Amino acid sequence: MLRIDRTTYDQIVAHARRDHPDEACGVVAGPAGSDRPERFVPMLNAARSPTFYEFDSADLLALYREMDHRDEEPVVIYHSHTATEAYPSRTDVSLAQEPGAHYVLVSTREPDHTEFRSYRIVDGEVAEEEVEVVQTFSGEAPTSPNEESVPR
Amino acid sequence: MSIEVRIPTILRQYTGGEKAVDGSGATLAELIDDLESRHAGLRGRLVDEKGLRRFVNVYLNDEDVRFLGGLETSVKDGDNVTVLPAVAGG
Repeated sequence: MLRIDRTTYDQIVAHARRDHPDEACGVVAGPAGSDRPERFVPMLNAARSPTFYEFDSADLLALYREMDHRDEEPVVIYHSHTATEAYPSRTDVSLAQEPGAHYVLVSTREPDHTEFRSYRIVDGEVAEEEVEVVQTFSGEAPTSPNEESVPR
Repeated sequence: MSIEVRIPTILRQYTGGEKAVDGSGATLAELIDDLESRHAGLRGRLVDEKGLRRFVNVYLNDEDVRFLGGLETSVKDGDNVTVLPAVAGG
């Protein structure tokens, strides 16, 4: 299961919408071993294509250097499909090389609804998983005092 | 002195889990051959019959070797080589 906070979820969707009709891509890094996507890092799609994405090679090196330095890993790797469903394509499966990551697929094919789904892709096998959106990861109050005081 | 090669997670099965291994050689091709002698299987994940695999990025210090000389890129003691799988799809 992927647990992701509302702000990051919204940032991924906004990035996908912004780059439509080209595919958008990026990662959400988190502390190594935590399985917590905490740091949203939108990447440039070097392919600038509606049917393909690839992180720019220099940006990729900089990203991995920074994650290394911060003791992070790519907890989520996301990209969008702009004309098809949010399911990994054959190319996605054959090129997936981070077996520990949650591969998030977002579809922007419908203007007013964004599909958001998550998968594990290991050795060519795709397994869809549940997505749970939480307000925040902090172990304290799940909602802020301000929100609680607002009558609904 | 030797050349440090940083290995990505997905290829650490060939290095006994090590994040970085040392090697030697005058070119990237020689360095990869040297690594293969101790980490069998690694070379096939980096190169195919046409050269460096399209979706594996190899950097010499900070530069993608595709913009240097590919497998013929000169390397020397003290250099750092980083291997990273491309993040790509369709």
